[in-house]
This record gives sequence, C-alpha cells and structure tokens, in this order.
Amino acid sequence: MKDNFLLQIKELKASIDNKEILKGLNLEVGYGEIHAIMGPNGSGKSTLANVLTGRDIATVTHGSVTFEGHNLLEMSPEERAREGIFLSFQYPIEIPGVSMVNFMKTAVNEQRKYHGLEPLSASDFLKLMREKKELVEIDSALTNRSVNEGFSGGEKKKNEIFQMAMLEPRLALLDETDSGLDIDALRIVANGVNKIRRPDTSVIVITHYQRLLDHIIPDFVHVMYDGRIVKSAGPELALELEERGYDWIRKEADVSEESWTTDQK
Amino acid sequence: MDYRPEVISKMSALYAAGSGSFLKDSPELFNRYRESAFEDFKRLGIPDRKNEAYKYTNLETFLNYQYQEYYSPLPADFREAEKFHCEVEDLDVWNMVLLNGFFPNGEKGLVMLPGGIWVGSMKFAVKQFPALMEKHYNKYVENANDGLVPLNTALATDGLFIYAPKNTVYTKPVQIVNLLHSDKDIFVQDRNLVVVEDGAQLSLLVCDHALSPQHFLTNTVTEVYVGRNSRFDIIRVQNQHNNSGKMTHTYIHQERDSYASSNNITLHGGLVRNATWHHLGGENAETHSYGLFLADKHQHIANFVKVDHVAPNCNSTQLFKGVLDDNASGAFNGRIMVHKEAQGTNAYQSNNNIILSENARMDTKPQLEIFADDVKCSHGATVGQIDADALFYLRSRGIDAREARLMLMFGFAHEVIQNIPIEALRDRIDNLVHQRLRGELSRCASCAIQCN
Repeated sequence: MKDNFLLQIKELKASIDNKEILKGLNLEVGYGEIHAIMGPNGSGKSTLANVLTGRDIATVTHGSVTFEGHNLLEMSPEERAREGIFLSFQYPIEIPGVSMVNFMKTAVNEQRKYHGLEPLSASDFLKLMREKKELVEIDSALTNRSVNEGFSGGEKKKNEIFQMAMLEPRLALLDETDSGLDIDALRIVANGVNKIRRPDTSVIVITHYQRLLDHIIPDFVHVMYDGRIVKSAGPELALELEERGYDWIRKEADVSEESWTTDQK
Repeated sequence: MDYRPEVISKMSALYAAGSGSFLKDSPELFNRYRESAFEDFKRLGIPDRKNEAYKYTNLETFLNYQYQEYYSPLPADFREAEKFHCEVEDLDVWNMVLLNGFFPNGEKGLVMLPGGIWVGSMKFAVKQFPALMEKHYNKYVENANDGLVPLNTALATDGLFIYAPKNTVYTKPVQIVNLLHSDKDIFVQDRNLVVVEDGAQLSLLVCDHALSPQHFLTNTVTEVYVGRNSRFDIIRVQNQHNNSGKMTHTYIHQERDSYASSNNITLHGGLVRNATWHHLGGENAETHSYGLFLADKHQHIANFVKVDHVAPNCNSTQLFKGVLDDNASGAFNGRIMVHKEAQGTNAYQSNNNIILSENARMDTKPQLEIFADDVKCSHGATVGQIDADALFYLRSRGIDAREARLMLMFGFAHEVIQNIPIEALRDRIDNLVHQRLRGELSRCASCAIQCN
C-alpha cells in the first residue's frame, strides 16, 4: 500500500546538548513535490537535515517521522540512504586516501544489495559513472581523486550532485547547496538536480536565497523560525522573503506565540 | 629487577663461545671491528627507557629470553626455505631468498644482474670487492648510545650485499625475501651493505616472514651509501608472527644531488622497532622517510627516525602513520637536526595515529633541532579516533558502519602506501593492508606456506 506522503513529520522535537532546537515541527512531502525551506540562521534548518539523515548530534525527544509509512527514526543512516534519502551536505567532507571510484562503487553496490540486486560489474559501473558525470557536467578528473580532497567549494557541491545522480534517491535534501557558488556553478548544480529527478522524486531545498529557486522551482515554500515551520505558501513566498527579509515573519510568529501562550493561561 | 646485566652476561658467553668459529669463518674486515664493538656494547648496554630513543619501547620480553647461538645456517633449514616461492602479480622483480639472514650457499653467493648490479653475500663481496668493502663497511653506523648496533658488529657473520656501480641502472626492483626458519629459538644478527655509486639507480624490496613458530629476535644493521646524483628506494614489508621480534637500524648516507626514500610497512610482528637514519651529507640532496604500521593484540611497533641536515639546500620529508587496536602500543620518535652549515634546508615531519580501542596506546615525540637560520621546517603529530564527520558522510551514502570504518582506515593507510614508487607493489601492499584491516591474515595468495 502506498502512503499518501513520501515523508511525514509530526510534532518533531529535537535537542542538541539538552537545548531544544526543533520545537514541534510539522511537514508533509508528497511524491514528486519540491519543497523549499527558508528561514534565518539558527532557526533549526540544518538540525532538521541531521535528524532526517540520522546524524546522532541531535536527539529526538518527541514526535514522529515516517518515510513511505515506515518509522524513519528507527533506521540507521545507511538504511535511510538505501531506502532513498540523500543529503547534499552544506560542507562536504574531504576524505584523503579514499578514491571517488571506490567510494561510489561501494555505495552503489551496497544499495543494490539492499534491494536484492547483483553488484554492478566493473565495466557497467564505469559506464554508469561516465553517463552521470556527463549528466551533471562534472570534470572527469575529479572522480580520479580522493573524495573531495583539494576540491574547490564549487567542485565539492557539484560532486554532491554527481553522487546524487549515481544513487538516484527518492528524497533529496539539498542543505544550502547554493552557498558559495558562482552563477555558472549554480546553474550547473540546479540543472543537474532537474535532470536527475524522476517524476516521483521529491526534493527539499534548504536555502537562504531565492536565486536557487529560480532554477529549481518549488511547489511549496516554508519558513522556519525558532524550531518550527511558521508559514507555508506557494513559490511567491520566496520572492516576498527576498524582498522583505525575515523580520515580519519573526513578528508574526512571536505575536502568535504570545497569543497562544496567553490563551493557555 | 633490571634484566639487562643478565642479558649482557648471556651475550658475553655467546660471544666467547662462538668467537672461535666465527673468527675462523669470517673475513678479516669483520673481525677487525669485533673486539672494540663488543666493548662498546658492554659499555652502552641494552637501551632501556631512560634512553631517549627507547623511552616508549620496552625490549625486555624479547631480549630477556634464552636464544640459541646461530652463526651459520644449517642445510636442512635451506631445504625448507627453497619451498618458499613468492610471486606478485604484475610485479617483475629479481628475487632472492635469504634464510635467517644468510644466502643460500654455492654459486649464488654473489651474482651480477643485467645492467651490472651485484647482489650477494657480504662474505663473498669481501673477496670480490676488497677495496669497496674497506671503504664502506662500518663507516655509516652511528653507535650513538644504542648498544644493539655494536652488538651486531660484534656478532654478525654475514648478510646482504648490493652494489650498483657508477651509472648502472637496474629497472626492476631487487626483492629480498628474508625468511626466519629454525627448530630452535634464535637471535639473528644480519649485517647488510648497499652501495649505490654516482649516477646509479636501485630500488630494493625487503620482505620479512617468519615461517616456523619458534621465538625469533632479529637485530639488523644496514648501511647504505647513495652517491652523487643517484637514486635509492627501499621498501620493507614486515609480516612476522607475534613471537617474533625485529629491530632494524638503517643508515642512509647521501651525497650531493642524490635522492633516497625509505618506506617501512609493518603488518605484523610481536615487537618491531625500525630506526632509520638519513644523513644528508651533500648539497641539494633529497630524502623521504615513510612508515605505516597496523598493530593489535599485545604488539608493540616503534619507529625512530633521524634526519641529519649536514649540507645546505637539502629537502626531507617524514610521514609515519599507525593504526592501533586491542592492547597494542606504538611509539614514534622523529628528529630533524639542521646543522649550522645547512642553510636553505626544507624539512617536514608528520606523524598521525588512529587508536581503535580503549587499551591501545601511542606515544609520539616529534623533535626539531635547528642551528642554521635560513630553514623551513615543520612538524606535527596527531593521535585520535576515526573522524566522526567522515564516518557519517560515508554512511549517509548507504555504506554500513563497519565497511565505512574500514574504508577510512584504509584511506588513512593509503596515504603512506601511495608513496611507494612501484605501482604493482603499491597495489599489492594496498591489498595486504586491506586484508589486515579486515582481520584476515595478510598472506600472499600465491604463497604455499601457511604461516601463523
């Protein structure tokens, strides 16, 4: 039975070092939808990405997250990845001594094994690499090197998209993938994402800026503030935020918070 | 209680009992140094933890043991060694098997390889090249305050000799497989000399294996002369069982415009201590010292390096890494000494270690001594766990935690392995390290002998 939503987050609360960062977050992502999450620094956007991918820095204290109806929070990071969740890291990690080829071969084959498929032969794997490199316009030489080692900021981000192309996720989380990119790199990265997407692939774009959303056009824009999603609308909301900043959102949110607490008394 | 006086008296008895036989069988050149070397040994004694270079390495378990005398190989041991066959895919080498530090007897005592490079036994070399041996033998060792070095000079009766005359180039690596095999517990003292004359090029691969389960202790001294504008690479692969102790003292003396590299890969062994001395004696020389060890159980692996920048405008690098598990311990003691005349020196040193268990221990001591003013030097040391960010990154791509850890350890190790100048050998060692990290015994696939 197919669930109505690919991802469903209910009343999610999470803390880092006993400090509550996510304070009751709700989000539903349907199949094939693109959601943008915007919001000021410190609102909890990256913590959300960590919680969804299973990074153990944050502890979930309340709420539920289901992925295709399964309890996501019970899964290890690698299981989540094999189920089809992919995070494009804000700061991709350099791993000296581990070659890109070996890294991707292991990742692709572990995913295949999980789904009951035979590992790819060496030649099929190299063919796949070649195709995906062309698709995302990544420099061939980069895949002959160690993972992200000595890559420029833009190369690292392109490499994330290349990995996404190799793994063909069901849900891609792009955590500030646009930060530090020049216009050309931004276009390449965004085109890459659009080309990789299949009709039922969903994407969550975490960003501060409208400019990435010119290329990856969202169905929904959410604003995160103080650990919750405080406003959701169509793509026009991103433009409004670009123009007006976040202050008015803060005011709105704080007012409703106040009236909510007053009501409780 | 201090065990050392007893070992010294045991060694004295060994020396007295054996001197009749080895004085008779050994070349005059060896015998000439014996008496004074043994006096040096008695004076310096066995290095203990008060000795800066041995501060973190306790030799007691291996030195305080009743070894049998072993001054010449037995024919039966050679027959066992002949069964040993080592073949590395795609690696084209000239190969020779040594047993307990000795060459098989007979015509193979000294051979000339195509291109004019000589390989053979020290004893034969003294007869064939008396002047050369006179010039180089026992000239590059630094006794410093390590009694084990003169002990070798006093007790060694033979070893490996390699001679690359002026402008000779041998394109294949020379591979020496050093086997330990005996039905007795033995203390092996092998003495080696490599002479690479001006403009010559040589790469040497030394593989150590212990075939029988007996207790072994090896005290190896190797002197290397690297002439002007010449190149020398040595790669050691040490793979011995836990009852086997190995101490190497390697002295690399370099003339101007020369290039040398040393790479010690320690996969297995109860106690291993590699001391490598790089003497940059001529201008514009370059030297690289690398080391990698993987230790578990109660193993102890130590690397001691000294790079002496004597002449100006020389470059040196050191990169040593260790992975320690269980109750293993390790030590790194690396020293760069820039002499007053050595202006324009570039010297770098790095030591990184990963500790996998709570009981493993690593001591590292990087040292710099600079007496010149125009130099670029850096050194750094780290001891840590597997990087949590990198681990998560791999897992977030669907790679399970165990495999991700292995990949990271392998990547860590590969940074040392990638400096091996021979590609086929690099791949081979990558494989051995992979197996070792997976907890499988690193064994050459084509090796018929299944050692433990």
